[in-house]
Amino acid sequence: MDLNRSEALKRGEKAALALGISLLFGGFLLFITVPVISLFLRISPETFLASLSTPVVTDALILSLTTAVACVLIVVLCGTPISYINARFAYRGKDIIDTLIDIPVILPPAVAGLALLMAFGRYGIVGKYLSLFGIEIAYTTLAVVLAQVFVSSPFYIRQARASFEAVDTNLEDAARTLGASPVRTFARITMPLAAGGLISGAVMTFARALGEFGATIMFAGNIQGRTQTMPLAIYTTMQGDLDASLALAVILVIISFGVITGVRYTLRRGDSA
Amino acid sequence: MKTGKTALVLLACLMMGAVLLVAGCTTTSDVTPSANAEKSITVFTAGSLKGAFTEMAAAYEDEHPGTTVVLNIDGTQALRTQVEQGARGDVFASANTKHMDALMAGGFMENDTVSGFLENRVTIALPVSNPGDIHGLADLSTPGEKVLIGTPEVPVGGYARQVLEKMAADPEYGENYTEAVMANIISEETNVNNIIAKLLIGEADAGFTYTSDVVTPAYADQLTTIPIPDEYNVVAHYPIGVLKESTDPETAEDFIAFVRSGPGGEILRTYGFEPL
Repeated sequence: MDLNRSEALKRGEKAALALGISLLFGGFLLFITVPVISLFLRISPETFLASLSTPVVTDALILSLTTAVACVLIVVLCGTPISYINARFAYRGKDIIDTLIDIPVILPPAVAGLALLMAFGRYGIVGKYLSLFGIEIAYTTLAVVLAQVFVSSPFYIRQARASFEAVDTNLEDAARTLGASPVRTFARITMPLAAGGLISGAVMTFARALGEFGATIMFAGNIQGRTQTMPLAIYTTMQGDLDASLALAVILVIISFGVITGVRYTLRRGDSA
Repeated sequence: MKTGKTALVLLACLMMGAVLLVAGCTTTSDVTPSANAEKSITVFTAGSLKGAFTEMAAAYEDEHPGTTVVLNIDGTQALRTQVEQGARGDVFASANTKHMDALMAGGFMENDTVSGFLENRVTIALPVSNPGDIHGLADLSTPGEKVLIGTPEVPVGGYARQVLEKMAADPEYGENYTEAVMANIISEETNVNNIIAKLLIGEADAGFTYTSDVVTPAYADQLTTIPIPDEYNVVAHYPIGVLKESTDPETAEDFIAFVRSGPGGEILRTYGFEPL
């Protein structure tokens, strides 16, 4: 009798809890998905396709993709050795270097933009000496890439370091014992084993670079075809050409989704192989 | 020990590679696409000139095949900061004399090329649907209205504040008028196009803009206006000139001459400006 009642109570509690949790989940998921879906609902397919051929959209798309790819190349080239050394060797000051590498993550993009301008602007701390040699960085396409590298590099370096740390050093030692050179060991053992993590780090970096806004507009300015990346074009075209703005936003959403699913797929294939 | 050394050599190689890559990027990215004897000028364009100068640039390019006119459009104060921080351009078109004077004093302009080229005025722009039910200047101070204004630094915001000061000095509106209007401000925008954009999508009831913004062909059927009488209004003087560091001052001056010419004036008039 008593037991039954407490059973029923428990069941009621469980049901209430389940309902509460599903409401929480549902509500939160709606909050995330409705705004994204709204982008698609506010623009008709015809308008979207028509906007695709407008110069402001094509210029921004080409510039965004080329700069983000250049950014990823630079980050991978510089970041891989740094993260490998930090994963494998202990040296004095490693903690400080680790902290410094992470600075861009906690720095607001606007601060990063101002900082880059104060450093590499024509009258900046470093920039004024560069201008003596005729090298000018601010307000150029290079500034776009540098802003992207600055804000997105920690995403790769963190992930790459974790991936290298996860590689079993015994395997590396075995390769070395069998006479493989360090470079060959790195290329044939370490890199393939860490590849999944490295790729996902590189993709995170690419996504962050593609979305960069604050540092870019402050350090590189906003000139169509030269420094106006997709986020800047979205911001600019919203001032009068909402259709172009929406078209660009929809393209960015599609690219982001493509990137996420692509990475998931490669990682999953890598795991099962 | 040995591993450490090799790793360092590897690191050095990769770093060199990265540096070379960056150098490669620099040399390719800074060259304008029109390198083969074609000309390109960059015009720093005050936000309110966006429509007019987009058409102006296209008309100029039609008359001068091989010349590209690149527009850098933003609030005048932002463009001034860019110039002061070393951004390169050829022509600077400002929406007020204050920022142009500062650039001239700072040695950034070819001072003898600078002069006013048009006049503009301030108005209250509203969406045609009039969500705030605004029918006169007094309604702007009704609590709950959503009003937009420029920041004090952007010319359109500076002019709007001058208008409010003049109105507050008139007993008809009273000293508390400015305060009441400022209490209704939902956002201070850094350029006039941001104000227009928010009005177009109906996120605000009214905004302080230029008369030219509402006369512009693109928005004539989406925005309406509550005129500000001359006694409270201010005349906005727009100066234009060649930047000292222009790499092609001849083309820059030629473009300015085109802006001042008959066809140029026609384009300005289409967009609601009063060319001088």
